[in-house]
Amino acid sequence: MKILVCISNVPDTTSKINFVDNSTKFDATGVQFIIGPYDDYALARAIELKEATPGTTVTVINVGGAETEPTIRKALAIGADDAIRVNAEPTDSFFVASQIAEHAKEYDLVLMGRESIDFNGGVVHAMVGEMLGIPSLSPVMKLEIEGTKVKMEREIEGGKEQVEANLPLVAGCQEPIAEWKIPNMRGIMSARTKPLKVVDPTAVEQTVLLQKFQLPAAKGAIKMISADNVAELVTLLKTEAKVL
Amino acid sequence: MPVLVFVETGDGKVRKTSLEAIAYANKMGSDVTAIVLGSAQIAELESLGKYGAKKVLHVADAKLDQAVIQVYASVLTKAMQDEGADILVLANSSLGTPVAAKVAIKTNASFASNVVELPSTTNGFVVKRSIYTGKAFSFVELKNPKKVIAIKKNAAEAKEIGGTATVVPYQVSLNDADFNTTITSSEKATGDILLPEAEIVVSGGRGLKGPEHWAILEELAKELRAATGCSKPVSDMGWRPHHEHVGQTGVKVAPQLYIAIGISGAIQHLAGVNSSKCIVVINKDADAPFFKAADYGIVGDAFDILPKLTAAVKASH
Repeated sequence: MKILVCISNVPDTTSKINFVDNSTKFDATGVQFIIGPYDDYALARAIELKEATPGTTVTVINVGGAETEPTIRKALAIGADDAIRVNAEPTDSFFVASQIAEHAKEYDLVLMGRESIDFNGGVVHAMVGEMLGIPSLSPVMKLEIEGTKVKMEREIEGGKEQVEANLPLVAGCQEPIAEWKIPNMRGIMSARTKPLKVVDPTAVEQTVLLQKFQLPAAKGAIKMISADNVAELVTLLKTEAKVL
Repeated sequence: MPVLVFVETGDGKVRKTSLEAIAYANKMGSDVTAIVLGSAQIAELESLGKYGAKKVLHVADAKLDQAVIQVYASVLTKAMQDEGADILVLANSSLGTPVAAKVAIKTNASFASNVVELPSTTNGFVVKRSIYTGKAFSFVELKNPKKVIAIKKNAAEAKEIGGTATVVPYQVSLNDADFNTTITSSEKATGDILLPEAEIVVSGGRGLKGPEHWAILEELAKELRAATGCSKPVSDMGWRPHHEHVGQTGVKVAPQLYIAIGISGAIQHLAGVNSSKCIVVINKDADAPFFKAADYGIVGDAFDILPKLTAAVKASH
């Protein structure tokens, strides 16, 4: 079986978000970039499937500039066999999905996170599935393969459902599909020599255009209430915050 | 030209976030055609008129009672064509968002999810999106003539404005090949208030010391008619189910009021709650980082404060 894992290169979850160039560009100064946390779950599940089934290969794909290569190498260190980097800025969901679909046709299973934690579109999996004409599901919390059948557990509003579909398939993953894996020294060493193919993007019509970014308004000062006067909190929530 | 709004139902009831989608489309200044798929009660369909729908298309095919994403996407694509609608609006959800994305591909539409405000049309058709898990916004222009917009909770206020809607039965021939996934079973969480839609959320963290102590939190939640949530460590330890986990990798909530009890406020937790209108933090550690993100705070022990707070809420009714 051939598995393709799509990874995003995103700021660490603890990063402070800032913009430069008249609020049109993310300020990467001092920011640590990581494999998208949800993509990391997808990668971990792919590696588990590879370990459980001989003959399974795992390829990772990333749409990004050369600066994303340390993140791709980390995915290789975790256990992916080879990698593809589509040399383009990942501007929006449609663009990224179009690039992935171009390379995903020959794979049995395409895994990725439920969303990237930078633009939070949450639809690349659905778009790739639509472009390839194969089923897609997200957010998938369990995924088991029995022959050509895939049995999944998917989160829905206030609950979950059990879903089945046939390969080939696209799944957007989230916990607890697998435990995050940490690369070991052998993995880090071997990752340096694993194939990382750089390809040019396919031409895509631009459907959305970023105009600018904005930071939320600063939060006002907190009002502290004494532990001996809890009723005052209820009064303030009613009369001042007007949320009760 | 009408705007089509996909309306989701759960247990026969229209989702509140779908009412917000109707209000959103109505405020765009167009005639709103709502579409409901699967079995639904006529009174529930007619009630959509009160929120701004002029017309309600109802596809009463029982095959649609199970929400297969591919099938729904095909039906909505057909409805957009038949209605001559260039814009589809729906609420972000585990069903709506992927359906919207597929419709966008099928119709060559520009797509945006997580939209938080009405579009601005002074300089192109521009929507404001929530990004970086609530830590920032982006303004994006939807360039194609057709547009699909998935709105985040609270993008518009669902308010009765007193109109009436004509309910029209709508027939669509379903394509067997679209039934490409099979839902074999589903389970709903107990309690009648869904966490992602709740107006008030009461969340507990490790400060509650164990799952056996959740009863005091649930009592407060019951008194406030709130949904209950929890921090990641709490769901990781199995004290509470995963679907209650609020945070960066869990549920993102946007209630009027979020009350955090015994949660220190790691940045990953804040990412799930930063769209809340008002945040109350109760923690015995005065240095808990959560206080910096809160509107109101009480330094105190959960086991002391919670019963007092429940009593105070009860007394205020």
